[in-house]
Amino acid sequence: MTPTLELFLVVSAALFSIGLLAALSRRHAIFILIGIEMMLAAANLNFIAFWRFNPQSQQPIGVMIAIFSIAIAAAEAAVGLALVIAVYRHYRTTNVDQLDQLKG
Amino acid sequence: MNRWIIDYLWLICAVPFAASLVILSLPNDRHKSAATLAVAGQIAALAMSFFAFLPTLQTHGFRAVRNFTWFTFGDQALRLGWLLDPLAAVMLMMIALVGLCIFVFSTGYMAGDKNFVRFFAYLSFFSGAMLGLVISNSLLLLFICWELVGLASYLLIGFWIERPSAAAAAKKAFVTTRIGDMGFFIGLLWLYGRSGTLLFYDRGNGCLESAGLAMLGASAAFIALLIFCGAVGKSGQFPLHVWLPDAMEGPTPVSALIHAATMVAAGVFLVARVYPLFSLGAINGVTPSLTVVVWIGVTTALMAALIAMAQADIKRILAYSTVSQLGLMMVSLGVGGVAAGMMHLLAHGFFKALLFLGAGSVIHGCHGAQDIRKMGGLRRLMPITFSTYAIGMMALSGVPLFFSGGWTKEEILQVTAHWPASHVPYSLLLAGIILTAFYMTRQMIYVFFGHRRSASQHAHESPRVMTMPLIALAICAILFSIVLTPAWPWLHDFLTGSPARFEIARLIQPALFLSLVLVGAGVALGICIYRNAGSQVRDRSAEIDPLQFAQPELFRFLENKMWIDELYARTVISFSWMSARLFDWMDRNFWDRLVRGVGAIGQLFGTFTASVDERGINVGVDETTIGTRGLGRLLSAAHSGQVQTYLGIIAIGMLALLLFYAWLA
Repeated sequence: MTPTLELFLVVSAALFSIGLLAALSRRHAIFILIGIEMMLAAANLNFIAFWRFNPQSQQPIGVMIAIFSIAIAAAEAAVGLALVIAVYRHYRTTNVDQLDQLKG
Repeated sequence: MNRWIIDYLWLICAVPFAASLVILSLPNDRHKSAATLAVAGQIAALAMSFFAFLPTLQTHGFRAVRNFTWFTFGDQALRLGWLLDPLAAVMLMMIALVGLCIFVFSTGYMAGDKNFVRFFAYLSFFSGAMLGLVISNSLLLLFICWELVGLASYLLIGFWIERPSAAAAAKKAFVTTRIGDMGFFIGLLWLYGRSGTLLFYDRGNGCLESAGLAMLGASAAFIALLIFCGAVGKSGQFPLHVWLPDAMEGPTPVSALIHAATMVAAGVFLVARVYPLFSLGAINGVTPSLTVVVWIGVTTALMAALIAMAQADIKRILAYSTVSQLGLMMVSLGVGGVAAGMMHLLAHGFFKALLFLGAGSVIHGCHGAQDIRKMGGLRRLMPITFSTYAIGMMALSGVPLFFSGGWTKEEILQVTAHWPASHVPYSLLLAGIILTAFYMTRQMIYVFFGHRRSASQHAHESPRVMTMPLIALAICAILFSIVLTPAWPWLHDFLTGSPARFEIARLIQPALFLSLVLVGAGVALGICIYRNAGSQVRDRSAEIDPLQFAQPELFRFLENKMWIDELYARTVISFSWMSARLFDWMDRNFWDRLVRGVGAIGQLFGTFTASVDERGINVGVDETTIGTRGLGRLLSAAHSGQVQTYLGIIAIGMLALLLFYAWLA
């Protein structure tokens, strides 16, 4: 079976949905971060897939964008984890249900 | 069969990885299935290693390579691959076999630990990463496995995470090796920039083949030294050896795995693998990079042997002996004896695993005590542990004729003696061999002879599942010497790719008598000094080491590991602290003030516009505000403060947009 663009898009959509589900349903802040990372990975997969199936895929634009996005994702994860630690120090919990100080 | 195993060589490392993943997904109380899976994965790896070993026997200097493209990047293709040659084949056999013994031992040693399942998952992961490291045909793939090995060691050293000392030791191991890896990575990039490939062998175009080497020119020495930085970190060479003794905080089987089969072997293996880089442009077998390797090795070997003399923790003594033996291997590689160094690495893998597992058995029997001054008299209580430990001790000391360590040490002495650059390393190695025999004798006397002391009162022999691996490894440590003797130097010729010939006359060599005298001197010295160490059971003076009694200052210096940790704490670590403080201060006092200054300008504008607002625009707005407030109260109900609710609304909005576009199309 040759991999088609549709296959990649389906996989990426699945990955995105799983990530979204994780981000929506988990209570622990770190798992939410992991879910967000999965959504990012899905977006990267789309970049690569569209680039790869483009007839003029000589220039490595898709890979470049994906690599940049991975680097940014790494930075985002670092900031996110630092936030989790800061939140934990302040509220003594990482359960996002209990973090409702922004309630209107 | 031969073709099949070469085509699917990657399975050797994939199977333990897969086992590790499956174990990781098991529930926490499935001890039996976790152990079964891990051991089964290791047996499969051993069987495949054996089949991979067979084709290398058939032709001399066998080398099979399979390369594939990982990804293309513009017109550059990044290629990885695996490689089977005698060096990889013997390493595979050793890692898989020693690993299997350690896995079996662990099922007994870790029984009752609440994180048993996690332990076996990490253990399989460790073994898989190391097996992948030895078969990789690309420096990049090797580097990836190298880092995985580092990660696995971090997880396992800090396995008892609730102990602060274990967590600190894991962090120390990780950060210290990372310093070396930084050098390794720079070397890797430099090599890629110069030669355009990271494949070792690629039909004449690899970076270790003549065409690739020719492109390097004078930079080869620097690249080799940068790669050596990685080996220094991983193999615990001076000055990055500090993590290895602290790694004793992990469970004992982990120490055995780190010190015998995986981790530290990786550094020596790396140097052996990229040896053409080191020896490029050698004059008389000497290059600047190899000279550095020799001196680092000899410093490490002697320094660690000296420190080992004054340690009291049974595992720490073994840890320093590992550091010292690794130094010996580095010397051997540096003076041109690649085969001798690798032979010592393999022999060391067997007997050091034996010693560590023996130490684990002793600790298990003494209910967790590790101080050798509190043991004693275990010879009668733990006969199997004692006899296997004695075999390991004699192999490590290098007793000639019957023990594998003796032959390999002789081999190393011979190549070092013929090093044209200097004779100092040779004489220092001789001193190192005496010291090794000495401190191992000291440890034996303290642990197994004399009267029982506080920790060994209720000692008992370990269960079968723990003594069986000991016996197996002891047999390996002795039988392995068959392929090492100068009369039939099969392993040596196998590694160098020439046919072995049997010649009994070569058995008797000057080096044989030399090492007999050296080991004899070390053991005799040990017995002389520690003869009475274990006999006065109630006498308080038995707690004081005779060496400490004679030379208290020197002993303190050695006992505290030559103050190297303290030196690092004062220099590198405090520098890092200082810079952190400096940046903190900058943040608080400089950047913060800058930001506040900008803020003040904003405030000024704000006050200005506020006064305009108050007087000018306020009137009509007030009315609007009252209406807005009502609306706001209505909307604020939607703001639950729950971040996930917001996220859900965003997701629904996105879905709606998507449907809208679908409808448009």
